[in-house]
Amino acid sequence: MANSTASSGLERTSVALAFASRAGELALFAAEFFKRFWRRPFEGRELMHQMDEVGTRSFILTSVTGFSIGVVLAMQSRGTLIRFGAEAVLPNMLALSVIKEIGPVLTSIVLAGRLGAGIGAEIGSMRVTEQIDALEVAALKPFHYLVITRVLACIIVFPILTMWTDTLALVGGYLESVLSEGMDYRIFFNTAFETIRISDLVVDTMKTSIFGFIVAIVSCYMGYTVRGGTREVGQAAMHAVVLSALLIFVADVVVVRLSLFIFGDISG
Amino acid sequence: MGERDRHTVSNGAPPQEVIVDIRGLVKGFGAKEVLKGIDLRVSEGESAVVMGGSGTGKSVLVKHAVGLLYPDAGEVWALGQRVDKLDDDALDRLRLSTGYVFQGGALFDSMTVFENIGFILERHTELSRAERKDRIHEALDWVNLPDKGPQYPAELSGGQKKRVGLARAIILKPDLMFYDEPTTGLDPISVRTVSELILRLRDERGISSITITHDLLCAEIIADSVHFLHEGHFVASGSLDEVSTTPHPEIRNFFGT
Repeated sequence: MANSTASSGLERTSVALAFASRAGELALFAAEFFKRFWRRPFEGRELMHQMDEVGTRSFILTSVTGFSIGVVLAMQSRGTLIRFGAEAVLPNMLALSVIKEIGPVLTSIVLAGRLGAGIGAEIGSMRVTEQIDALEVAALKPFHYLVITRVLACIIVFPILTMWTDTLALVGGYLESVLSEGMDYRIFFNTAFETIRISDLVVDTMKTSIFGFIVAIVSCYMGYTVRGGTREVGQAAMHAVVLSALLIFVADVVVVRLSLFIFGDISG
Repeated sequence: MGERDRHTVSNGAPPQEVIVDIRGLVKGFGAKEVLKGIDLRVSEGESAVVMGGSGTGKSVLVKHAVGLLYPDAGEVWALGQRVDKLDDDALDRLRLSTGYVFQGGALFDSMTVFENIGFILERHTELSRAERKDRIHEALDWVNLPDKGPQYPAELSGGQKKRVGLARAIILKPDLMFYDEPTTGLDPISVRTVSELILRLRDERGISSITITHDLLCAEIIADSVHFLHEGHFVASGSLDEVSTTPHPEIRNFFGT
């Protein structure tokens, strides 16, 4: 009995140590990005290719996500707002919730699912088949070619896709309002943007650059440090998605807290 | 003085005719020490072969010579430079003078054969597109795969992948080559083809090399010297005949003598 308690205590300690070690490695990997980012070579063509991979190929996914959120939010909220006699603020509420929170976070989570798995698996399989070593011995700087390009692409493309998702969510909400109560588009969009400040738009859209950084750096790290074979590559892809999503939520709390501290809330 | 300390003593750069000089190389992963003080010298134009069972650290050994791994103790010299002390830029310059053929080919699977080779030329030379094209065709002709340029690695056989890997490795005309299991998993005809290509590189271009293999036919064709690795040490070095007749139980087992 005492032995089994001691061994489970040891197991917990070793799991905690392994977790701390991986977290430290991830932090060092992220630091490596900032250290090498300023150095040559600048992989412009690969950056464009990655932006295309991240952006163009996620376009349909984010479009469907945005439009659906808008329609569903409008449908779900209307009943509640009618109950409180506040139906007129539906566009307002829709725009606030989409632009400030749901758009950025949901877009980033959806992209984390698609890109985290893709980047983790691609770089992971390059690692286990020695393609990264092959880049290294050919003096082709794999960290620049594989990591920096993907991280930059995500930093740039995440806010763009978020704006697109937000736009389609508002269009979806508007179309639902037209079909439900024939709302005029001028009334809808004027009301929607009544309480949105420029700082809300900028901060809440640009925070997705941080989420993009998180998704790319976590996924690249998971792939880059894979050891083993196809099973480990699959696990790396899965861990990339899970950890990216978790860190997005944590980062969101921090960014929102900071933005409230700096810019105050809507009523401020 | 402990074993590690003993191996860290430097005698300076090796003579010019020594292309690779590994001195007292110690390397471990976690608690497991894989290489326990390896010494290896390869002279200009020499084709050295490292043999041994699976998991004995043969690949680990050569990866030190191109800076893919760093020693826990000891020194690694290649082409007159202390590899384990080079900064990033100097290491890149050294790497451009070497070629490395990986066990599975390590071809970039999102690129065609043509792009796999052209990618390196594009990054490291000032050649025009037409000149690059000529060099790639020349390299593919040399490995007898003239029509494989447009194909992707997934469409090639194991032997073809290794030959493309060889073409890619020699495209910058290196002075030193490393072959990691260049013939593993190939049929005897392909083994002979790849081995003869390695031999031609030595004879026609004077390229020194270290080859990791446990393929006897390959060793017979290419080896000037053979070094047998067992439990972190070279237990025998010399010609293939000398090594294969060494009365060491592991060697007897390996060569079936």
